[in-house]
Amino acid sequence: MIDLSKRRSPQLINELKRQIELLCQNEVILAYNRPLVIMEVCGTHTASIYRYGIKSILPKQLKLVSGPGCPVCVTTNDILEKALAVACCPEVIFTSFGDMMRVPAASGSLLQRKSEGADIRIVYSPLDALKIAAENPSKQVVFFAIGFETTAPTTAAAIEKAAEKQIKNFSVISVHKTMPEALKLLLPDSKVDGLLCPGHVAAVTGAAAFDFVASELGKASAVAGFEPADIMEAIIAILQSIISGRPVLVNSYPRFVKTEASSYAVAAMNRVFKPCDATWRGLGSIPASGLALREEFAAFDALKRFPEAAQVTGADNPACRCGSVLRGELDPGDCPLMGKVCTPASPAGACMVSGEGACAAYYKYRLK
Amino acid sequence: MDRILLAHGSGGKLYHQLIEEVFLPAFGNKHLNQLNDSAVCPVANGLIAMTTDSFVVQPLFFPGGDIGRLAVCGTVNDLAMSGATPRYLTLGMIIEADFPFADLKKICASIAEAASEAGVQIVTGDTKVVQKGHGDGIYINTAGVGELSEALDLSQRTIEAGDVIICSGEIASHGIAVMAAREGLGLKPAPLSDVAPLNGLAKALLTVVPQTKALRDPTRGGLASTLNEWAEKAGLTIEIEEEALPINKGVAATCELLGLDPLYVANEGKLLACVPAESADIALAALRSHQYGVKAAIIGKVTKDTAGRLQLATPYGGTRIIDIPAGELLPRIC
Repeated sequence: MIDLSKRRSPQLINELKRQIELLCQNEVILAYNRPLVIMEVCGTHTASIYRYGIKSILPKQLKLVSGPGCPVCVTTNDILEKALAVACCPEVIFTSFGDMMRVPAASGSLLQRKSEGADIRIVYSPLDALKIAAENPSKQVVFFAIGFETTAPTTAAAIEKAAEKQIKNFSVISVHKTMPEALKLLLPDSKVDGLLCPGHVAAVTGAAAFDFVASELGKASAVAGFEPADIMEAIIAILQSIISGRPVLVNSYPRFVKTEASSYAVAAMNRVFKPCDATWRGLGSIPASGLALREEFAAFDALKRFPEAAQVTGADNPACRCGSVLRGELDPGDCPLMGKVCTPASPAGACMVSGEGACAAYYKYRLK
Repeated sequence: MDRILLAHGSGGKLYHQLIEEVFLPAFGNKHLNQLNDSAVCPVANGLIAMTTDSFVVQPLFFPGGDIGRLAVCGTVNDLAMSGATPRYLTLGMIIEADFPFADLKKICASIAEAASEAGVQIVTGDTKVVQKGHGDGIYINTAGVGELSEALDLSQRTIEAGDVIICSGEIASHGIAVMAAREGLGLKPAPLSDVAPLNGLAKALLTVVPQTKALRDPTRGGLASTLNEWAEKAGLTIEIEEEALPINKGVAATCELLGLDPLYVANEGKLLACVPAESADIALAALRSHQYGVKAAIIGKVTKDTAGRLQLATPYGGTRIIDIPAGELLPRIC
């Protein structure tokens, strides 16, 4: 077992801070004449950066921004309205991860529907939802499948198991997304100089899946873990890569991430899903960035099973600037709604809802 | 007969059987045994403190306790936090038809044990049975009466800069134990709830530090909720230190796994006290001498800042604001 307390030790953090300060004095970095922008694209990184106050201990030459890495935040109101409609069907037991529960669509949230009597349950894994289906054969059990490559394999496993055991009252709304296509769209036109690659996703896809960030897009990048020392070491790797003049991808999280993919998880994902175009909140439609069920598993598609609910549509709140936040263009603190109209108690947009959303993290851990 | 029937709440033969065979053997005392419409009980000269609380926890049985122990401790602790000596409890039960008799007896045994530990008597009660499907097994309400020789000023209004905040032990155990049991997280070892009567602990503190300025058991909403309230009432910022917060390693790890902040998680056997700086050491010693305060620690202090909020000092020299919780705690996705 790894003792994580060592990765949080103030001595180590101070030493890494000193190294970062030193690197920021390098002439290559100084020649930028502006702060270097490093983007994180994993909600857990966002939460960690705020929780440990990492922004406040970094030199002024570095600016950390949050990208579209929180799966709850990039889920559109349109799909949420469809999910709410499915959840309200009397024969349905609707299952979802906890952080989706409070996300507000125009017509309300899953939590509101639950208070009104809909049978909506929080699960920790799609396999829990499958178990509920096996135990309630007279009900339709629907799983709201959100998340990146980290959660998609478990959804795939649940669907394969449902097919094998002939559990026919189970289905999913697949909103799974994959990270690389979104980054390819987002990074080239952005001010981002370096990318903290998501450690959880890379544990499934392998670090090599993010090679393109350096080799195709020319951005320094590092796969990062989630403890304060992990994040700071990855920042050091990015700075060294920029200084060297030859951007590379560094795996700064080797205790969990290998170069190659987890073959079991990726194989399961590929057996059940195929790439499809997907709409991201704030980014719009991105080709081949979503995961749709393959033909042989189409029977498990909840939106086909509930065609009336699938007709329901929704639009994102026009006042909400979540889209700019997700593109790293707007700091959550600069959003006019922040802390006034939009708070965790009454969120205007999804970035305020999930604990991993950039706005919620900013609000919760804002500095004095 | 092994299940509760609607007739058990009817006031008829089965109702009386329930009282004679379950409640009196578990809780019997000279006040309850009268079975009058109300209990008439003596109190010492002075003041009485009264409180009431309802308990709807799921699951009914969880590692470290059950709804019965919770129903006694919740009310006893509310009395103890005003400096009162808890004396008498009422016990109201709303039971769903078809509830297993064996579970009811188990809950009653647990109530009796907690009441005996806290030194309180169940002096009157009420039972209703609702149709199957109209309840969650069992709901319990308890009301309590405690005695006070004189009122203590625990109103938080006298809190001033320099005062010290003490927590009586490891935080967040109850909320995590119940969530782990409810969601079937299968953690090994399962986290244990800290549910316990705190009247002895509160008395140990108030006897040596009667000038204690605030006393509270941080239940729902956790430390964040209670300390925010104090800070707001006092009009001064309270700063706590992350490194000083006592927390069980397993509970801390579970919180990380679920993406929950332990400062927002419920406790049922911990108290928070605000005492003058010069009394901090004797307050700490008094708490640590009691079985429920062994791990008591000074977790922070009241500052001069008049923003009236709660902030946390990180181990890396930064501070961040801890807000009052927004609502139900929700576990995260991955």
